[in-house]
Amino acid sequence: MRNIKTEPGKLEATALKVREHIIKMSTDGGCFVGASLSAADLIVYLYSEFLNINKNNLGDPNRDYLFLSKGHDVPALYGTFAELGLLEKDRLKNHLSVDDHIYWHPNTHIPGIEFHSGSLGHLPSVALGVAMDIKIKGGTNKVICIMGDGELNEGTCWEAVLVASAYKLDNLIFVIDRNQFQANMATEDLIPLEPLHDKFTAFGAAVKRINGHSFEALHEAFSAFPFETGKLNVVIADTVRGKGLPSIERRADRWFCNFNATEVEDLLKELHGEHITQLTSETLVVR
Amino acid sequence: MSYEELLTQTALSDERFIVMTAENRALVRNIPAKLGNRFIDTGITEQTMIGAAAGLALRGRVPVVHALASFLSMRAFEFVRTDAGIPNLPVKLSSFIPGFLSDGNGPTHQAIEDISLMRGIPNMTVFAPADEQDLVEMLPQIWNCPNPSYVRINTRPTSYQHSTFQWGKAEVISVGEDVTILTYGLLFEQALVAVEMLKNEGLSIGLINMRSLKPVDEQAIIRATQSSGLTVTLEDHFLTGGLYSIVAEVLLKNQLTAKVLPLALNEKWFKPSLLPNVLEYEGFTGKQIAEKILGYQTRSIQPEISVPQFSE
Repeated sequence: MRNIKTEPGKLEATALKVREHIIKMSTDGGCFVGASLSAADLIVYLYSEFLNINKNNLGDPNRDYLFLSKGHDVPALYGTFAELGLLEKDRLKNHLSVDDHIYWHPNTHIPGIEFHSGSLGHLPSVALGVAMDIKIKGGTNKVICIMGDGELNEGTCWEAVLVASAYKLDNLIFVIDRNQFQANMATEDLIPLEPLHDKFTAFGAAVKRINGHSFEALHEAFSAFPFETGKLNVVIADTVRGKGLPSIERRADRWFCNFNATEVEDLLKELHGEHITQLTSETLVVR
Repeated sequence: MSYEELLTQTALSDERFIVMTAENRALVRNIPAKLGNRFIDTGITEQTMIGAAAGLALRGRVPVVHALASFLSMRAFEFVRTDAGIPNLPVKLSSFIPGFLSDGNGPTHQAIEDISLMRGIPNMTVFAPADEQDLVEMLPQIWNCPNPSYVRINTRPTSYQHSTFQWGKAEVISVGEDVTILTYGLLFEQALVAVEMLKNEGLSIGLINMRSLKPVDEQAIIRATQSSGLTVTLEDHFLTGGLYSIVAEVLLKNQLTAKVLPLALNEKWFKPSLLPNVLEYEGFTGKQIAEKILGYQTRSIQPEISVPQFSE
């Protein structure tokens, strides 16, 4: 296994900055904070270490592809883009402005977004198509699709796994942000997904289940790509919804959040371990 | 009375009712505790939910199903058409955040072709209430009809006191010789604003809350188009297949013509932002509607538009 190329401490520092961006986007209309925070480390790792994607190769057919299928975690992606130089940091202030294209779900007006999403269970199949063409052309690019665990309720996700296995797409990686929640419910209290590892294995995939907040664990898993010749790769990243903000971590009623200015100030301090915020804004906000 | 109160009362007093959701609980937050096993959450599985609703209806139930408008009308479309439409089962679709109400979500969540799609299904009935009072006024008859139904859920309040809902009838708010605005749903609120501004400009203005888009009130359309100099169709829907198309179909069927100004989304999705900004950007505030009809700017002041919260 090769060493992590990013200098020590840098991935953690970038992820912290990304979390700051997410928190700053959670006001004046708000955003899906919890799901963005759970995916932040994963996204930072993939763009920093694993994927051949940078601002100079976005049109190169030999680049790697990342599809963000859960979609509502896009603040984590925009935050990562801003930190890695793909998006001007100032544009994050345009969240929900009619003068920009930064809103609750990804769209291709933002360079680096490969496909729009927001309707769950679409991008596993779009990623499948891209991976199929790469196989036909004999390319070596990697294709990643990040899905939410709640998203796995949608049958199309499982159709894509079946087809990817049938076509032996070992250049395709489905990454599950396993934060244990879907909107306002714990997944296991509604439509239980476990044993998730076994489900994917039974559908023909090569599966790794890891701590999605550990850069070492992420590195170990992705360094083993392709996991098995001729098999779809699946990474189940165990994460915590709201990771980094103890006042909203694992809270079913904190999915979409529209915090007031004071809360944002306090949450930024909370992120740096200074205190726990007393939240007063509405819970169970639905979008 | 709120939507949730009416649904709770209806389901508690009539064993046939089953409340279902594809994990969209904003409208039914308190119902699980009250209905017990007659509340079913299938998770994020709109297609399976509709199929299951058809199965429940086969057994004599009246399922009232909840999901975001775009996923209910589009992702589950074939299940709605094939499993509820073909057998004509009373599956009742409650479609959340239709039209402009999806504000900052983006095109994936914009149901602005739902009226067109749903009214194209034989046996389906289609409704778009002007506000929560209108919604609650209409729902008992909608839920009692033997057909599948699609309702654009609109729980925003307006100051207007609606009249009793008559099946298949529009609500005539006012009659005018110069202009009549035909509208439905969320934009009724802005149409009221536009009407006041146009009256101040000295015009005689009619306003009709269409309410029921299938069956549609053909006579109301004929009377409005034939007695006003200009008819305006105002809708948060694609130009294709919505109210403008309905008016065209009714006129053609009756060998009539009229001067009609359509205000709709023409071959485009709308700009995602918070609702007041969406309306302003797309030109659908009451003041902008009035000025499009007048063809000139006024000094009228647009009242503030509230941001929907959809929370409890």
